Amino acid sequence: MSPLAALLLRDMRIAVRVGGGALIGVLFFLAVVSVTPFAVGPDLALLKRIGPAILWLAALLASLLALDRLFASDHEDGSLDLILTGRAPLELVVAAKGIAHWLTTALPLVVAAPLIALLLDLDGSAEAGLVLTLLVGTPALTFIGLIGAAIAVTLRRGGLLLAIIVLPLTVPVLIFGVAAANAAIAGPVPFGTPFTVLCALTLASLVIGPFAAAAALRLDME
Amino acid sequence: MRLSAVDLACRRGDRDVFSGVSFNVGAGELLAITGRNGAGKSSLLRIVAGLIRPVGGRLWLEGGEPELSIAEQVHYLGHQDPVKPSLSVLENLQFWAAFFAGAIKVDDALELVGLGAIATLPAGYLSAGQRRRLSIARLIAVKRPIWLLDEPTSTLDAAAQHRVAEFMRTHLSEGGLVLTATHSALGLSSIQELSLDRSVRSHAHSDVAGMEQPAAVAP
Repeated sequence: MSPLAALLLRDMRIAVRVGGGALIGVLFFLAVVSVTPFAVGPDLALLKRIGPAILWLAALLASLLALDRLFASDHEDGSLDLILTGRAPLELVVAAKGIAHWLTTALPLVVAAPLIALLLDLDGSAEAGLVLTLLVGTPALTFIGLIGAAIAVTLRRGGLLLAIIVLPLTVPVLIFGVAAANAAIAGPVPFGTPFTVLCALTLASLVIGPFAAAAALRLDME
Repeated sequence: MRLSAVDLACRRGDRDVFSGVSFNVGAGELLAITGRNGAGKSSLLRIVAGLIRPVGGRLWLEGGEPELSIAEQVHYLGHQDPVKPSLSVLENLQFWAAFFAGAIKVDDALELVGLGAIATLPAGYLSAGQRRRLSIARLIAVKRPIWLLDEPTSTLDAAAQHRVAEFMRTHLSEGGLVLTATHSALGLSSIQELSLDRSVRSHAHSDVAGMEQPAAVAP
């Protein structure tokens, strides 16, 4: 098994076992989205209009939840030191950890989205559009989050700092994710326009995230 | 194979930890790094492992793999044991063996450190000494020529300490290098000693005097 495959498998195993963070994100997501209709009241038209925004906000906050442990747990038990003496480039190590994190925390959320969208009175095609935007947009959230997680790695209570660093960077993803989802539901903008920008944002963060996070980790370790 | 350093200097924050440290370790030799607490034993090992950068001096390796950096040829055994509590003993070791892509003899290594019987137990149930032994199993499962051991036996009982000394002897006899920061004598021959206390030796008759030594702290 290659070093990166081993790391991916290990991180996924840890996430799905007892005490791992995999279910926390999706439970938080479900909790936020399912209480919203009670807060907003039985106005179906309003729910339909704000539905995509709520789902995207919940997804954004849920993806931030487990992020602060991503490198911190490896730093605290000395694993990060050993990872640095490995032969795998740190950028790829960071990317592998990001992929494992996305698979265990964000993908379940994408899978749960169609079910929970029923609570917000979204019909079939709107749901499909929404799920597609989440599927394409959440990797951007994870990989932007990598940077914050790497910067906050040596701090004891890095969670809050992480949110402050990461949230502004995720605003474009949020804007175009919600815009694409709204376009799929109501128009008048064609779905493709904001969706293409969302894809571009994801691709850019997939490239920039690992390099920035690896640079931050190297600085932290000094 | 020969690992040499000339005039290494280390600075942490605004404090000079040590300077002018030189050593020369050949294949089959062990370098015991001694010194009071805070003398920089761990920092020196971390410099060799490439985890911190020295502020001065030079470190080089002759006769190693030319394609690889020094850091990629060392086993670093630090203060902490990189053991994930939710994974089993075997899974922990398998991960590091696969990550370092070495010759994988995971089961043998667990037997050698005496953890073979509890290989499937979640590592969260291990005692401090058992966690340490699991870390040491990594050095045996994956072959790397240079061992950097930071207080390798601190949590081990007498029998396990003896076993570790045996592992080190085997590694040395196979032409490996060992750099170890230690307080306790390991009962090994062919030891070079490097004391990091030289610069403050006249003040450091006891640990207490060493701790109260203000000259070590920059203003």
